[in-house]
Amino acid sequence: MAKIIYIEHNGAEHALDVKTGLSVMEGAVKNNVPGIDADCGGACACATCHVYVDEAWLAKTGDKSAMEESMLDFAENVEGNSRLACQIKVTDALDGLVVRLPESQH
Amino acid sequence: MSEKPAHIVIIGAGHAGGTAAALLRQYDFQGQITLIGEEPIPPYQRPPLSKAWLKGEADADSLALKPLEFYADNGIDFRPNVRVTAIDRAGKILTLSDGSSLPYDTAILATGARPIRLPIPGADLDGVLELRTAADAEALKSALGPGKTVAIVGGGYIGLEAAASSRALGANAVILEREARILARVACETLSTFFQTYHEARGVKFELGASATGFAGKDGKVTGVTLADGRTIACDLVLVGVGVAPNEELAREAGLDCARGVVVNLEARTSDPSIFAIGDVAQRPMPIYDNRMFRMESVPNALEQAKQAACAITGRPAPAGETPWQWSDQYDLKLQIAGYPFDADRILVRGDPSSNKFAIFHLKGDQLQSVEAINSPPEFMMGRQLIGNRKPVNTARLADTSISMKEVAA
Repeated sequence: MAKIIYIEHNGAEHALDVKTGLSVMEGAVKNNVPGIDADCGGACACATCHVYVDEAWLAKTGDKSAMEESMLDFAENVEGNSRLACQIKVTDALDGLVVRLPESQH
Repeated sequence: MSEKPAHIVIIGAGHAGGTAAALLRQYDFQGQITLIGEEPIPPYQRPPLSKAWLKGEADADSLALKPLEFYADNGIDFRPNVRVTAIDRAGKILTLSDGSSLPYDTAILATGARPIRLPIPGADLDGVLELRTAADAEALKSALGPGKTVAIVGGGYIGLEAAASSRALGANAVILEREARILARVACETLSTFFQTYHEARGVKFELGASATGFAGKDGKVTGVTLADGRTIACDLVLVGVGVAPNEELAREAGLDCARGVVVNLEARTSDPSIFAIGDVAQRPMPIYDNRMFRMESVPNALEQAKQAACAITGRPAPAGETPWQWSDQYDLKLQIAGYPFDADRILVRGDPSSNKFAIFHLKGDQLQSVEAINSPPEFMMGRQLIGNRKPVNTARLADTSISMKEVAA
């Protein structure tokens, strides 16, 4: 388990215990956190699980694959700390991770 | 709707039904929700059944849309292993397969679709399988294995995905397709040829123009598929993937408008204002194609309609009109499709299929109707936007891979 803190665009905060091995996206969806649509269920096919990773955690969440980079490039309001949450696996090292959600996924 | 219903019953606990239940709570619906499912487990994702799950790369927990306790925690009465057998619309009462009855204020039909069964001799032999549910996938997975041969009747996406997964498990796969090419109903010829070549290079065999007329068996177990030309293709198991039919009988018997699916409006509402229909079972208008009616079998469609119904019920503004899309993973190929090639008069290929990275654009004049993209996220993402915003496309620039998709669309 790792504590992941999801902050909605409106400021609402969800601090959730997510099983290691799941993705940051799955942690949100399985707990019904609004703001992560994840249409494709984690196949890196839709870019509807866009999150902003808190700067302090960026290094720990690892590198983007070429596919993720390519999909993200066409999401809206992309920033330097943008990631697709389905591509971040939850590990013990991510205990306390903070991600912020964009206003919309489409 | 002026007043919110007190009790919403969702009939069918698949991807659409499960999502509708969760969205209603997300949208702050405070009333009673009952979710009725025929299967023993709570709503789960079906797409991995032919892919990651079949290959043993996903477990039951990761398939589940939400953990079981989610439903109780959120005041959703999830009832597995039971079906709705009749809707009394005048009395607003449902009859269930366990003999009980259940009143509703609003009902959401999310009964999905079922695999079409071939009406040919031997279809009831052991080892003749289909792939729709987790139980189907379990049966397929345990029958597959190194050295086994699976005959796949139907060269559609399910068949191709299962063939790729079978190869990954060390099994042999032969695809029997009635038409002259695979994916004949759903993709253009360029894509059919590409996929067949890719699969053949990985050891999958194809029989085209091959009409299955029966299944041969020994001691009650399938041993082969007999074809119209008299040959028998030997196999250890058969997967039939020849399309699905909507589970619309319940709606039809209740007198709701049906036409190859339950007919709904832009809010996913049926001809009865108290009943919605979402997902594979619904025949729905699509705004970006002039409200043409069609029935889609995809997760994005299930999610979209769950959203439409949940918004209509809770009085939220309708979601912005979507561009339909779907995907398929086979080996290291990611196929992403946006839109449908309605009335397209031109096909344009961007990139080189032999590089395993290309996109096929279907145009109506200078308007993009659909795109099929192989390992090409920019073409898919930008294509999807162009289909949605109906902007005219410069086809010369679109064909030129030295111009990025962002510049093409600029």
